[in-house]
Amino acid sequence: MSHDWLLGSADELAQRVPDGAKIAVPHDSLGAALETTRALIRRGARDLHLVCVPMSGLQADLLIGAGCVGTLETSAISFGEHGTPYRFHDALRRGAIRLLDATCPAIHAALEAGHKNIPFVPLRGLLGSDLVVHRPDWKAIDNPFAADDPILLLPAIRPDFAVFHAPYADRDGNVFIGRRRDLATMAQASTRGALISVERVRDDVDLLASEETAAGTLPAIYVEHAAIAQRGAWPCGLWDEYPIDEPHFRRYGELARTADGFARYLEEFVQVRRQAAE
Amino acid sequence: MSVSRQELLIFTIARLLKDCRSVAVGASSPIPGAGALLARHWAAGETPSRRLFLTILGSSRLNSMTSGGVELFDMAAQGRIDAFFLGGGQIDGEANINLVGAGGAYPQTAVRWPGSFGSAYLYYLVPRVILFREEHTRRVMVPKVDFISAPGPRADGVYRPGGPIGLLTNLCWFSFDKQRRRFRLETVHPGHSLEEVQDNTGFAFDIAPGAVATPAPDAETLAVLRGPIARLIGEAYPRFVQQVFPDAA
Repeated sequence: MSHDWLLGSADELAQRVPDGAKIAVPHDSLGAALETTRALIRRGARDLHLVCVPMSGLQADLLIGAGCVGTLETSAISFGEHGTPYRFHDALRRGAIRLLDATCPAIHAALEAGHKNIPFVPLRGLLGSDLVVHRPDWKAIDNPFAADDPILLLPAIRPDFAVFHAPYADRDGNVFIGRRRDLATMAQASTRGALISVERVRDDVDLLASEETAAGTLPAIYVEHAAIAQRGAWPCGLWDEYPIDEPHFRRYGELARTADGFARYLEEFVQVRRQAAE
Repeated sequence: MSVSRQELLIFTIARLLKDCRSVAVGASSPIPGAGALLARHWAAGETPSRRLFLTILGSSRLNSMTSGGVELFDMAAQGRIDAFFLGGGQIDGEANINLVGAGGAYPQTAVRWPGSFGSAYLYYLVPRVILFREEHTRRVMVPKVDFISAPGPRADGVYRPGGPIGLLTNLCWFSFDKQRRRFRLETVHPGHSLEEVQDNTGFAFDIAPGAVATPAPDAETLAVLRGPIARLIGEAYPRFVQQVFPDAA
């Protein structure tokens, strides 16, 4: 069946992201689109503004190492139990990226402001943190409704696209996101919408037909394009579908430690389009 | 019966969580996660049985939330999270914590850590923040942090219903006095000494009169820990369970 929203591959999704675009991506374990990430590297994307919601790991390290990122906005870059983000560290040392260090709820709140299309949002906490010193775009004010109550304002984040991976779309382009409501906020805050890779398109399903599935659905109106990418989160895991590929993370850690090793990794696992399932 | 370092820490954390209704545990925190599970086990054994809502970030089953990652922070702001855990590459005597990096000039620090995560918010809002850092050395416990990810409590007029209750390490448990803005040594773990704590701490601290040894779990508690708790925590932290509780892995 042919659909206007459905593209042929993750590479076609990546071609929709122009150089300089601001893209919002979820944490590695929450539906990161790693095949689309590899496609962005293959197409030689440059100067992306990567908004990590609210943090990232391998996806950011790959894009940074491959020179795709101009600005990195995140609360953390971490592989958790699964290694060290050497390319992120190297880029910081070389001054190769502009870093906007944040805290998780600041990214969530700024995206929620973007999703309402209001210019800014106040947030508790943060005052007295050195994060604020390095974020001249954040401004402290006095609460206009109460005395002696300083509070921080954050400008809204409106990405061009949200980019993520999900289990499936239905025949109308509605996408199942389960309880991962941050994915909906990311898509709704984006001016263009979401570019989503999915494991499969289910022509037998109408996600909006029942309350049980509709509650976990991102409606198609927020979906700019989707494409099928089987095991498109690999080597990260995808919720109930497949676990993280730990041996591959170890291999990545061995190679990405040096620039030469990282180049070999790209050659072997990124430049050659391969089926992750093999 | 011999008690491992991890088991003592898990038991200590569970004691610190007594009476909590809701506890959240961050990513990469197997010991706090196991401590919270033990506290939940105790709550379930009360008469009548009491619920303890537990969310371990990164876990599907040990998760009381359905509205995405933002829900933890909104719940904290609503006053619905009683306890949370934070650590740091550096922690100083005023309970400032640094999760960003050390040395050099930011952002080109000589050492870079992951980043501040949710610390610059939760530290202000969660009433029972337990600072937890296993490594207790002068490179971690410093006179003054190089970067303040989240500031310790101070009289600056900022809305701050939350803050640290203390600091647990491989050597000891310090409480934190929010008025005096100082740590106070309360208990030293078995096998360690006051001198060892002093030698390895880069900031000044008070010492509780009659500071004692940190209590160790009894045989019944150890059996619970090594059986059902170890199996539950394995979903979120399989590597940890393989190392610390190989029989349950």
